[in-house]
Order: sequence, then C-alpha cells, then structure tokens
Amino acid sequence: MQLILALPLLNWGELNEPMSSNRFVRIARRDWREWLTFAAFVGPNLLLFGIFTYYPLIQNGVLAFSNYNLITRSGQFIGLRNFETVFGSTQFGKILSNTFVFTTVSVLLLIALGLMVALLLNQKLRGRNAARSILFSPTILAGAAIAIVWIYIFDPRFGFIYALLRPLGIPAPKWLTDPAWAMPAIIIVYVWKNLGYATVIFIAGLQAIPRELYEAARVDGAGALDRFWHVTLPGLSPVMFFLVVTTILSSFQAFDIINIMTKGGPVNATNTLIFHLYELFFVQSSAGRAAVVAWLLFVLMVAVTLLQVRYLERRVSYA
Amino acid sequence: MRDIALSTSADQQAIRTNRRAWQVTQKVLGYLAMIAVVLIIGIPVAWVLSGALKTNREIFSTAPQLLPLNPNFDNFAKAWQAAPFDRFYLNSFITTLLGAGAKIVMAVTTAYALVFVRFPKRDWIFVLLLLALMVPEEVVLVPNYLTIAGWRMVNTYPGIVLPGASTAFGTFLLRQYFRTLPIELIDAARVDGAGHLRTLLSVVMPVAAPAVATTALLSITAKWNEYLWPLLITTTEDMRTLPVGISRLLDQEGNTEWGVVMAATLFVIVPVMLIFLYAQRFVVDGIATGAVKG
Repeated sequence: MQLILALPLLNWGELNEPMSSNRFVRIARRDWREWLTFAAFVGPNLLLFGIFTYYPLIQNGVLAFSNYNLITRSGQFIGLRNFETVFGSTQFGKILSNTFVFTTVSVLLLIALGLMVALLLNQKLRGRNAARSILFSPTILAGAAIAIVWIYIFDPRFGFIYALLRPLGIPAPKWLTDPAWAMPAIIIVYVWKNLGYATVIFIAGLQAIPRELYEAARVDGAGALDRFWHVTLPGLSPVMFFLVVTTILSSFQAFDIINIMTKGGPVNATNTLIFHLYELFFVQSSAGRAAVVAWLLFVLMVAVTLLQVRYLERRVSYA
Repeated sequence: MRDIALSTSADQQAIRTNRRAWQVTQKVLGYLAMIAVVLIIGIPVAWVLSGALKTNREIFSTAPQLLPLNPNFDNFAKAWQAAPFDRFYLNSFITTLLGAGAKIVMAVTTAYALVFVRFPKRDWIFVLLLLALMVPEEVVLVPNYLTIAGWRMVNTYPGIVLPGASTAFGTFLLRQYFRTLPIELIDAARVDGAGHLRTLLSVVMPVAAPAVATTALLSITAKWNEYLWPLLITTTEDMRTLPVGISRLLDQEGNTEWGVVMAATLFVIVPVMLIFLYAQRFVVDGIATGAVKG
C-alpha cells in the first residue's frame, strides 16, 4: 500500500494542541453521550485494526519461533530454527539481491522518467490533459490484468515486441523464460504501470512552486538550466523524497506482476522477498518461515519510513 | 552613424528571428516527445484491444500486425465460456461493494468523530490509526489467514472482505478535509438540536462530497483490482474474483489462446476504465493532494 505516504506528512505539532477548551470542566452528562457516540463512530474501525493489524504483528513474532504447519494446524516452539533455515538457504542471497535490484532500478527509473515526463507535460502544449490521462490510466488498472497483457506483448513468437523487431531482423529475446531477461521484463512492466503515478505527483509538485521564484531568477539573469537547478529541483525536493519513499515501499509489495508473469522464476531470477513469503506459506505450508520473512519486510519498510521522517525534518528545502 | 544604427537594428531583428525559431523548435520537440510518451503508454493498451478483436489465424501468424484485419467479437463470447465469468463478476461486485462500502462508511464516521466529537485523548487514537498505515497487508498475511481459517471463513465473502475493511488512509484524508470546515457550521446544527448522526449526514456530508468521492473512488478501484488476498483466501473456482479468475486462463505450457485471454482481460479493465474516464479528476486530485498538501 502506498498509503503509508501520509504518515510523515502529518503536522505532528498539532497533536500537542489542547484537545478542547473545556478540558478541565467537570464531566457532565452530555460528555458521556459524546463518548458513546465517539465509541460507536470509531470503534468498528479500531476493532478491525486490532484484530487484523496489531494482533497479527504479535502473532507473527510468536509464529516465527514455531514450526506451525498450515496443513496439520499444529506447531511447537523451535527456537531460532526458522531464522536459520530462511537466512541460511542457498537461494536467500539471490532473493535479497533480486529485491534490491528490482527496487533500486524501478525507483530510479520512475523518478528520472517521471520527472522528465512531468516537465514535458507541464509545458503549454495542446492535448496535454489527454496525454496526462492516458499516462495515468495504467496506474488504476488491475496489476493482474496488466501482467497478462505484457506476457502477450513479450511473447517471443506472437508478441508485440516480436512484431516490432521482426522487420528489422533482430530476434526477440525470450523475455520471461530467460534468466537474464526476466528481471528487466518485470521492471519494464512495473515502471510502465507506475510512471503515471510518479508523473502526477511531480506535476502537482511543479505547480506548487511559486511563480515569483522563477520571475526573480529571470530578473537575476538565470538561464533555463540555472532555473531548473536552483528553483525547480529544490522546490521539488519534498515531493521527490516523498516519491522515493512511497515507490520503495510499494516496490516491496509488488506481487501480482511477479506471480503471474514469472512465479519468481526462471531459476529464482525474479524471486523477491514478497514472493518468497508467499512461496513459503502457500507452497511449503510453513507459517513460521513465512513469518520470519514478513518480519524482515516489516523492519525494512519501517526503516525506510523512519528515514523519511528524519530526512524531511532536516534536509529537504521547502520552497 | 546611420550605418551603425541600421546594423544594430538588423542584429536585433536577427536575434528576434533566432529566438522565434528556437521557440518553434522547442514546441515541435515538445509535441514529438509527448506523442512518444503517449505511444509508449498507449500501445500496450491498443495491443489488448486488437488482440481481443483478432482471429486466431491473425494472432498466431508469423508476421503479427498491430491492427486486426477483420475485427470480430467471437473472442468475447469464447472468453465468457472459458471460465465462469458470471460468477467472477458477481464475486467482484459483492466484495467491492462490501469492502469499499465498509471502508467509506468507517472513514467518514471515524474522521467525523476525530474532529467533531469530544473524547479524552482522541488525538492519540488518531495516532494509533495512523500507525496502522505502517503495516502493509503483506506483512500480516499469515496471521490473518490463520484467523480467517480459525473462524471457518476461508472461501467466503466475509473472509475476502474483513481483513481489509478497516481504513487508515481514508480516515486521514477525510480528517484533513473536515478540519478545514468552519466549526460554526457544525455548532449551528448542534444548537438546533441535531444529533451527531444528523449533523454528519445533513451538514457535513453535503459539504465534504468531493473529498468523500475521492476516498470512495480510491477504495473502489483498489478493491476491484485486489489480487493477493483473494487469491489466498478463495479455494474454489466459483468464489474467485475477476483478477484472480482471469490469471487462471493462462496456459502453463505456453499455448495460451491470446485472443480469448485479451477479451477476458478487457472484462476486468473496462469497468475501472469507465469509472476513471467519468471521474478522473477526483482520483488524480486525491492522489496528488496526499503528496503536496499533506
């Protein structure tokens, strides 16, 4: 979920405001009714979070030390053995490096291309609104559907890329069955799907930069490139940082595309942490080992988020 | 003297023409780049449409073309036969309605209570909700599966909907919006003797309609597109939702009937596309405000 995005943007200071002016006034009859209303309005949401978000975090911790089996529905305490099995497996290094490569390359491409396209579509060009809509549309479509479409596009015998390369006499790669091409293929699809999101955020960021800054720079004799380096980029830095964090977090959760296009293969070439979690639980029926991976993912994501909070406090310039 | 004056004005003329030429070049390059971007994003979508309209003979030819020669709708009928799509649609509609419905109602009531209803330490309750944003569903997948299995809800609608029904993001978005509403508006209604539910429905909701629409659209598309959880929690074909159902049309040996599969993909994509075309402002604005205004 990209929803985590909201957290660091919160104005934490507001939480220290006194909650209401009559805070110390004696609790009257009416307050009880207020409290009941509050409980009725907030209770269901909070209860569901308790059952399906907070309690599972604890349960994950317990499961990680047990050999609970999904099929026999029983398990006992086995100490650190799950950690040893998961971290010690021969494929685990490959899974970590896959996750790293997928995340790094996708995020860099999304930021670079997103910025370029946003600068382009922020110009006064006819039809730019239509272009923005087209660009944004893959973002809202089901990842499952998009994965299927791209299997067909990548198909080395009948696909679009084959059709494109055939007249040029270049043989099409066997994208999804060749270990060297599978990861690039997954990254292409992921970037294609999410480029519109990055662009929309960048455009919003560009439009939030005050016009006067550009005019002031122009009066000072700054050229187009100077204005980009000294006005646009600093002005975009909060938005850019926000995008880096949200795209890192959502890339950790990219499951549908990988499961449908490659199932982590060929020979683990696209096996990432989230796919490994699924594999451990639903293929190997080992809740304990899956819980270990879930914890690792959680720790990584919290680390990225905390980094965002700290960085936002310090370095990002607000134009 | 006159000569110098003349040449200066000629120079200025030249500079002006140069600048004009540069501006035109820039425009042309801009349009070319824009067309390139639209093609890169648009062609895969066009490829789906053309695939769905092609005959097998065109699809499995050695020289595939982008446009179908004899567009026909046979693939759609075949796709509908290839899997129980009536059930997939029904399941997707029911789970989207229940899941997104619960999210929207709870986002509205929670946000309202956090802004307008007095309660001790209510801001800390808000923080508790926000912290849930840090826990993505993938991390709690295993325990939630065990919980749902323990309640004997595997392969049921409540099992598909319940774990994802709560909402922190929607609450956050709406709370931010409700805080901008003038407090006099609410006080006036309260003085007139309206209870909180009345105030919420007849005073706050009409004013907050755009923000609620954004939250609703984001929840609906997210629920309609959801893949991982429905994949895990459904065990029979008649309980699959659309995204899970279509992925099972792929042939594991690589002999997929692409025309049929592309038609089936359109079954999933088109409803969301229609919603998007109708209400894209809400969707795009909602996503962008999260980033810029916070």
